Amino acid sequence: MKLEVSHALEWIHNINDKVQSNKDELTSLDQAIGDGDHGINMARGFQEAVNKISGEDYSDVSGVWKDVATTLMSKVGGASGPLYGTVFLKMSTAVKGAENVDFQTFSSALKEAVAGIKQRGKAEAGEKTMLDVWEPLADQMSEVQEFDRQLILDTAQASMEKTKDLVATKGRAAYLKERSKGHIDPGAMSSYYVFEALADCIKGDE
Amino acid sequence: MSHVGIVLVSHSEKAAAGICEILQQVVGEIPVEAAGGLEGGEIGTNFERIQMAIQNIHNEKGTIVFYDIGSAQMNAEMAIETLGFENVHLTSAPILEGAYLAAVESSVGKNVEEIFASLNKEFK
Repeated sequence: MKLEVSHALEWIHNINDKVQSNKDELTSLDQAIGDGDHGINMARGFQEAVNKISGEDYSDVSGVWKDVATTLMSKVGGASGPLYGTVFLKMSTAVKGAENVDFQTFSSALKEAVAGIKQRGKAEAGEKTMLDVWEPLADQMSEVQEFDRQLILDTAQASMEKTKDLVATKGRAAYLKERSKGHIDPGAMSSYYVFEALADCIKGDE
Repeated sequence: MSHVGIVLVSHSEKAAAGICEILQQVVGEIPVEAAGGLEGGEIGTNFERIQMAIQNIHNEKGTIVFYDIGSAQMNAEMAIETLGFENVHLTSAPILEGAYLAAVESSVGKNVEEIFASLNKEFK
């Protein structure tokens, strides 16, 4: 399959649905080890993103992701604004010129997104952040040839769960040191929803 | 004569405005601009507000951007990169004490390099 504009739009709608219905969970994860605004920020940002893309006509996937990026950057408010904004901006640039996005292009776009998170957040893997979901996911995707819904779900879930035992060395949670252990990182959790939402919209198209 | 501009990026609109007020009262008429909070007075940082503040104040002497916590740094970096102006610099010096030092030096006509040297000496 290829990702078409309709998939790209559906993905953002799916993310928004998941973020809205899990807003309280994201907030309570963030209250445990952060500043407690992740649910609110993500809910505000993705609602705005959905509002933005609902009023536009798109000729390519890149255009959808670019609008999502700029909306998230200006509306989210917390650290997830620039980070998720960077993710979609990098992916938008990586798929530019392609009306539909084949798997290889998508896979390399994920790599670009990971590079963007590292650069913008000055982060490395293992620091208990969203990167601990994005990097293993991108690595796993570079080893296969086709969209694989179950593989996306399994990789995202396992990576997200692994953040529970990590000690945070980045972000607000780093102030808690050992006490950050035992909690799933909120950014890893929201990243899991992003990939669950992706898996949902490639369902039936494989 | 123009002076080096100072932009204050804070999660709180009131905090940024408050620091702005201190600088203006203590140092006098120097170009300082607050970029605090989100629309509706909510807590957070907004890169469009930061861009606007830099645009309002930037002049040929350059601009120094101070920030407080968390996302403020990332949003400030993004604002500076996307504007692409020359001679806009981000510093990790404390937003109140650092901006105060910068304001004093800016007011006596120091340039960006001289102000950075003072910031590095005082807050390394």
